[in-house]
Amino acid sequence: MIEIVQTGPLNTVQDLGRPGYRAIGVSASGAMDPLAVRVGNVLLGNAQDAAAIELQTFPFKVRFAAIAEFAVTGADGANLLNDRDVMSWCVHRAVPGDVLEIRQPRRMARVYITVAGGVDVPVVMGSRSTTLRGGFGGSHGRPFAAGDALAIAPVESQVQYRPVAVVEPAAALQGIFPSSIDDVLHVRAIPAGEHDLFASDADRFWSQLWRISPQSDRTGYRLSGEPIKPEAPVEMRSHGVVPGVVQVPPGGEPIIQMSDANTAGGYPKIAGVIESDLWRLGQARIGTKIRFVRSTHAEARAAEQAVDRYVEDVCRTATMVKRALGVIA
Amino acid sequence: MTIQPANNPPRCDTPSNLREGARISFIGARSFLLEAPGDFDLPAQRLIWAVARLVGEWDDVGEVIPGMTNLLAILKETPEDPGFFVERFQAAWWEARSVDLNGKTIEIPVVYGGEYATDLAAICDHSGLSDREVVKLHHEATYRVFALGSAPGFGYLHGLNPGIYMPRKKVPSLRMEKGSVTIGGMQTGVAMLTGPNGWNSIGHADQKMFDPTSATPALMAPGDVVRFLPERIEL
Repeated sequence: MIEIVQTGPLNTVQDLGRPGYRAIGVSASGAMDPLAVRVGNVLLGNAQDAAAIELQTFPFKVRFAAIAEFAVTGADGANLLNDRDVMSWCVHRAVPGDVLEIRQPRRMARVYITVAGGVDVPVVMGSRSTTLRGGFGGSHGRPFAAGDALAIAPVESQVQYRPVAVVEPAAALQGIFPSSIDDVLHVRAIPAGEHDLFASDADRFWSQLWRISPQSDRTGYRLSGEPIKPEAPVEMRSHGVVPGVVQVPPGGEPIIQMSDANTAGGYPKIAGVIESDLWRLGQARIGTKIRFVRSTHAEARAAEQAVDRYVEDVCRTATMVKRALGVIA
Repeated sequence: MTIQPANNPPRCDTPSNLREGARISFIGARSFLLEAPGDFDLPAQRLIWAVARLVGEWDDVGEVIPGMTNLLAILKETPEDPGFFVERFQAAWWEARSVDLNGKTIEIPVVYGGEYATDLAAICDHSGLSDREVVKLHHEATYRVFALGSAPGFGYLHGLNPGIYMPRKKVPSLRMEKGSVTIGGMQTGVAMLTGPNGWNSIGHADQKMFDPTSATPALMAPGDVVRFLPERIEL
């Protein structure tokens, strides 16, 4: 069990989400940076979709009530175990009474704590993810509060603790996800249904710098910039939407739907961010400058496969290193 | 980007072949939106239900979301050839035989008027009808659930009397109460969550319509028939 000692608002339990229920109006939710959750879990020998703690506000402190292996992944902050620095993207062991503190990351937005066995909250509709709007899933369907206790699922085999680390995705996948140029995050997207109705404003959508406004959260990022408008008002019938869709409400400043995306929408949509770039947006903070780059299905598929290969590599390497260290011990 | 049907099959006089091609567009790399041509009506929605049933069975499709005369298909992974998926999706539309979902009938007791009917006066102004007439037109109609979405268990209901169509608000109410019986354009529905809402409220229903712990979390399903029973009218 772990106890939440200190938390900011809007920190929740998330796994890889609750897809499959959008047809009855339930958002998929899930981690804003699913890659960080997958890697953390793989390092610990968990299933990739085991539930983790998602942090968006800091500092955050937990106390371990039992021996537990854990990893901190996602953003680039400082983590302290009993006031001593511990590395991110690495397996550590906590003993009863240990306090883990996660501080504000330097550049990125979200930190994940994964634990061997996984955070054990009830599975609701196939997932442990919290849906704040629906008020269910996660820890009592709400964000953490100081004093909350979280159960950890028992680990299947008692393997001896091995400190295993991994090259973080931003570095390992540099060729696939170009790093920010002049502090501008490049986000790849494919034109969506109403793109051409924006006529010359569509060009400005691709060419201008947008900024992630303070009215942004897990549901969506509202962008600020020079408004873009369709040539004539567009009257749409409600249709299903997914994270990554870039909708343009009447004011002309786009909204990118994120993990808690509404399941249906009717604003004209100018583009859709490719799925494999969503974790990078999930790590982008309020105020980040972004530019949309026109992409293709072929490019999206290549990125998707590179990410899967990377996770498989981590999985293979982690297992090998554990075995080798086991022999040495 | 939109992909219009490439080659319309030859038209002949049997009604099923008079069907126009659907419009198919992308959302990201894995999702494809099919929009039925023509009116927002039950025949179009029946075809959408048929396509949803068909496409939902495909191995490469993870999830289908029926909307209002449209259907979003979410693939498990980015397809190697998106054009090929578009062709298959379009073919499913051509081939679909209208289905009428044998839905259940749901009766929802409603208190019309009163403290939750925050927009009844505006609907009277817009329609030129009295509050009594607005309420009567609303509860006398029989509705069909076209699709669910927007909030857990929220059903978009079709069948509203055109006399009480009411555009969505430009500035949404910041805190509309769960259970509010609302009109949005040519649709009606019951608010599932308390929160911001752009639809117009004319009453309130207490009935529980969503339970995440149930095997069937949503009370409503596409095709269901819905009737509103005036429990009380407070004008």
